[in-house]
Amino acid sequence: MRKGTLRQILLITDGCSNHGEDPIAMAALAKEQGITVNVIGVLDQDTMDENGLREIEGIAMAGGGISQVVYAKQLSQTVQMVTRKAMTQTLQGVVNRELKQILGSNVSMEDLPPEKRGEVMEIVDELGETVELEVLILVDTSGSMKTKLPTVKEALFDLSLSLNARMGDNLFSVFVFPGKHEDVEKVLDWTPKLEALSSVFPKLTSGGLTPTGPALRRAVSHFQKTRSLRSLIVRDESYFEESSM
Amino acid sequence: MSVMNPILKNHLCKLPVGTVIVGKWHNHAYKIVKPLGSGANGAVYLAESMKGLVAIKLSDNGTSITSEVNVLKRFSKVQGAALGPSLLDMDDWFDPYTNRAIPFYVMEYIKGEEFFSFIKKRGKEWIVILVLQLLSALDQLHEEGWVFGDLKPENLLVAGMPPTVRLLDVGGTTLQGRAIKEFTEFYDRGYWGLGSRKADPAYDLFAVAMIMIHACYPLKFERKENTRQQLFTMIRADATLRKYQNVLMKAIDGAYKRAIDMKRDLVAAIHHDDLPSKPFVAPKQSSSRKQHHKKSKKRSGVLETAFIVVTLLCVYALYLYGQIL
Ligand SMILES: Nc1ncnc2c1ncn2[C@@H]1O[C@H](COP(=O)(O)OP(=O)(O)OP(=O)(O)O)[C@@H](O)[C@H]1O
Ligand SMILES: [Mg+2]
Repeated sequence: MRKGTLRQILLITDGCSNHGEDPIAMAALAKEQGITVNVIGVLDQDTMDENGLREIEGIAMAGGGISQVVYAKQLSQTVQMVTRKAMTQTLQGVVNRELKQILGSNVSMEDLPPEKRGEVMEIVDELGETVELEVLILVDTSGSMKTKLPTVKEALFDLSLSLNARMGDNLFSVFVFPGKHEDVEKVLDWTPKLEALSSVFPKLTSGGLTPTGPALRRAVSHFQKTRSLRSLIVRDESYFEESSM
Repeated sequence: MSVMNPILKNHLCKLPVGTVIVGKWHNHAYKIVKPLGSGANGAVYLAESMKGLVAIKLSDNGTSITSEVNVLKRFSKVQGAALGPSLLDMDDWFDPYTNRAIPFYVMEYIKGEEFFSFIKKRGKEWIVILVLQLLSALDQLHEEGWVFGDLKPENLLVAGMPPTVRLLDVGGTTLQGRAIKEFTEFYDRGYWGLGSRKADPAYDLFAVAMIMIHACYPLKFERKENTRQQLFTMIRADATLRKYQNVLMKAIDGAYKRAIDMKRDLVAAIHHDDLPSKPFVAPKQSSSRKQHHKKSKKRSGVLETAFIVVTLLCVYALYLYGQIL
């Protein structure tokens, strides 16, 4: 099986967007470009309002990813779990596609007899361990998120601990929205070391607007940069495109 | 652990007693007797079948069912091992409530008691006995190139006569050298900032140490600033744990390459007090104290020299002063 790159956007937010384009449309845009969008909703104490919940689910669905709503305390465990599960899901899609090509019909792993699934799963596992991964983390820093930001930072360190235990390479980038001067602001450019975040995170300021849609759009375009960067280094590179699944 | 669809999960956790689950590929039937437990990955039930009582695990997450079955298959090839329950069947059940095919697998039913409740009933002296058994099982698993991963008391059952520890839930079992598939924060060395999440035998041994600590401190505690010191202090403060403090700290520091080495040291620590009255000296502490002594001696030596030099200088200065006058 050829080697490729998995691209994910991880959106961490606590509620509804109220500024700019529809975030669900922007998530669909990401999916069309082979980028999976996962969303984690962070709760304080009580439950999230209906609209916020619906938006979170909608973004993940349109972005071909996973959504999960959790209390701040469970954030670390959830962030790494969602990321890993979304990876497996995408890779399974890739493998299913290959299966269809080999077997010529509309076969996916679930249609195989249980005895055969094991081997397919081993391929998926192997890919999940070795594939290159690019994760762009998009953190909502609007007013209500302020108290949760230290936990978010902790969760991101925990994520890098999990992903860096893999054999495959990782690239991380972090954006926050709203930014100081614009809707969205880059706080960490593509780097294999998410730990570099510690120096940039504390100077965040929280504002009132929640421009989730514009933030997603910016995130998608930021992936173009790695594409051109990587194509300079490796000429013959393939990507796992979510859209063709 | 992994994320499940909440609605489906709820439903799968509440299948009524008497529900008959029939696999669509192999046509075996299983009648649900009672729930055994449920976690992030699915629900486990006790069920009646042609082969007698079995445990059946259902999940809407086919991926996790398939990987767990993969591991159980591998383990069944390891001879005479207490590694996980033996695998009996794997199939899909067409669930009439949700109109979906639910993947499941069937395994040996292990009639036992949870690790901590067993210890509560039978006494603390069992902790180290069960841990010795656990270390033997882990060593076998490690020799086969695996790491258990999600090692925690909830995944340990004590069964049979004599009481023997059995491993359950192979969802975290990972090939050595890869990233740990599933873990629980409290038992994860990464969470404690004391190591990576790359699967190696020492990863499991850290969890073993945490299980022993937790067995003596039943209330869950959270990590503090200096985690290593925090754990060390807790070990020192508990009469049962103190006896094994060197072994536990070595496991926490990831100093054991093999489970069998930790087992050997534990056995030695158990019998330590039985040996003819040799005064007990904790090696680490005594050596550091000795160093301390040496250091202070050295320091007083330096002071002495300085004092002499200063005195001589004063005398010389007085002499010069006298000369000038
Ligand atoms: N073979 C078995 N025999 C007896 N009891 C079992 C068996 N398998 C599982 N159980 C019981 O069911 C509980 C849940 O099983 P398991 O740990 O496999 O689920 P899970 O969804 O993977 O949970 P988690 O990932 O949160 O640990 C176990 O803690 C145990 O009490
Ligand atoms: Mg379990």
